[in-house]
Amino acid sequence: MLIAGKVYKFGDNINTDVIYPGKYLSITADRNEMAKHCFEAVYPEFMQKAKPGDIIVAGKNFGSGSSREQAATCLKYFGISAVVAETFARIFYRNAINLGLPVIIAPGISKKIRHHDDIEINLENGIIKKMRSGEVIEAKKLPDFILEIILHGGLIPYLKKKLDIPYN
Amino acid sequence: MTIAEKILAKASAKKKVLPNEIVMARVNVAMSHENADVVLRSFRDIGVKRVWDNERIVILFDHRIPADSERTAATHQRLRKFVKEQRIKHFYDQKEGICHQILAEFGHDLPGEVLVGTDSHTTTHGAFGTFATGIGATEMAGVWATGELWLRVPESIKINVIGKFKPFVTAKDLILYIIGKIGAEGANYQSVEFHGKAITKMSIASRMVLSNLSMEMGAKVAFVPPDEITMAYLKKRTERDFQVALPDKDAGYIKEMTIDISDLDSQVACPHSVDNVKKVSEIAGKKIDQALIGSCTNGRLEDLAVAAKILEHKTVHPDTRLLIIPASRSIYLDALKNGYLEILVRAGGLDLNPGCGPCLGAHQGLLAPGEVCLATTNRNFKGRMGSPEAFVYLASPGTVAASAIKGEIAEPC
Repeated sequence: MLIAGKVYKFGDNINTDVIYPGKYLSITADRNEMAKHCFEAVYPEFMQKAKPGDIIVAGKNFGSGSSREQAATCLKYFGISAVVAETFARIFYRNAINLGLPVIIAPGISKKIRHHDDIEINLENGIIKKMRSGEVIEAKKLPDFILEIILHGGLIPYLKKKLDIPYN
Repeated sequence: MTIAEKILAKASAKKKVLPNEIVMARVNVAMSHENADVVLRSFRDIGVKRVWDNERIVILFDHRIPADSERTAATHQRLRKFVKEQRIKHFYDQKEGICHQILAEFGHDLPGEVLVGTDSHTTTHGAFGTFATGIGATEMAGVWATGELWLRVPESIKINVIGKFKPFVTAKDLILYIIGKIGAEGANYQSVEFHGKAITKMSIASRMVLSNLSMEMGAKVAFVPPDEITMAYLKKRTERDFQVALPDKDAGYIKEMTIDISDLDSQVACPHSVDNVKKVSEIAGKKIDQALIGSCTNGRLEDLAVAAKILEHKTVHPDTRLLIIPASRSIYLDALKNGYLEILVRAGGLDLNPGCGPCLGAHQGLLAPGEVCLATTNRNFKGRMGSPEAFVYLASPGTVAASAIKGEIAEPC
């Protein structure tokens, strides 16, 4: 699976309170409404400048802090097509996978990619290509089990298939 | 094998597991608070009619109690209905308190078991030798449907703690010190085991502080090996059988460290990250608008006791607001009986109901731009407790109580 998009860049330790403020946790069902509040309190410009299809590239420990799934949901429903980071905090990483939002660990990526670069990610082999220069960056390949969940579109479709429950 | 490896081997019906292996683990306890409403939505999406085991799911309310909005009231209402519909055996409505305290009090934290919770501070329950970790809502829906989930077997870190605390220095200061040393992602994806004589002497409440805050260095699980103190606590609370998992003598750790706490001073985590740790003496004199004693980290009886000791016959500084939030109804009642709450309220503290309160910025005591709060809670991220222009510092209950009197950050005495 190839994912292409424009890079929206962040630094280290972007925590889930920053991605999705606690005051909106009472939104539990409407995922499109969650998507209206991405990074709202600390980086309000994100909502104006980012576009659906963009790929977030971040530094270390992206998604640290609270287990709130809304932090991954809001990005997915905003239209972010993938998140690439030097490292992820573990619960955000799991949430993204389970929602079918591709997350790629790419050590050293912050120095190699700039804000607004156009990149293409090959999910199967973990190769990231910079479109303008053709330069190739090797990210960590996703374990097969995790790739399978993402390719199914997340844990729910994966489980439906596994448990043999028909789609509505 | 380490504690984490032993428990995951058992939960996945294997003789042995190795770090980095992904296993499907059977879950013993599955806990959700108000975000069970998010879980519910995904559970309905899966299309399973009944939960896998109505005796292993725990649902409770603590994040926004009493309901802060019509929307929250509707969430509570929907979940009460779901609890009845599925005959969920263990449901704790808003009167009981914070999940990470009441699970322990009601005997859900058992050594050797796998406990997952849709809350990052689920690591707290590792204080009982439980493999306890935070997960997201969608995967909790998977657990509700199937009773299992995928887990990567974590590498383990061993922390030996020796020596004896100086007066007013506590488990909170120790764990802040460790987080400052290791960093916010220093234990990411890993299992932390706390060993050593100083740990075996610690109360259950103090052990829970260590496991709770280990999340803030990224830990997946944080164990205190069960001992007589653990067994004495559990004896009164459960009749279920359990098998204690202790590490083998040849267990493999990726990192080992020894900390002598004899010279440790009171610590404070400065804005806007929990690993930005300094000695209280380095930051003393910083004016505070709000002081908060409570939360799943430090809202237990020993925390309120030390606060009461410091604030007895004293008055909170006129420019500082003091909030008190006991972690559970049971602690609230004990604090009433022992006179701690009377002392704290007489001193000028405002006592709130057991619950998460303003810790996560949902309601009750949020901060205005430019304001400073010194709290016993577990996170000081930008925008965490109200305005993104506010500043949150984290410290022990003793430090917060002493600072509330002076109106500025001060050493406990």
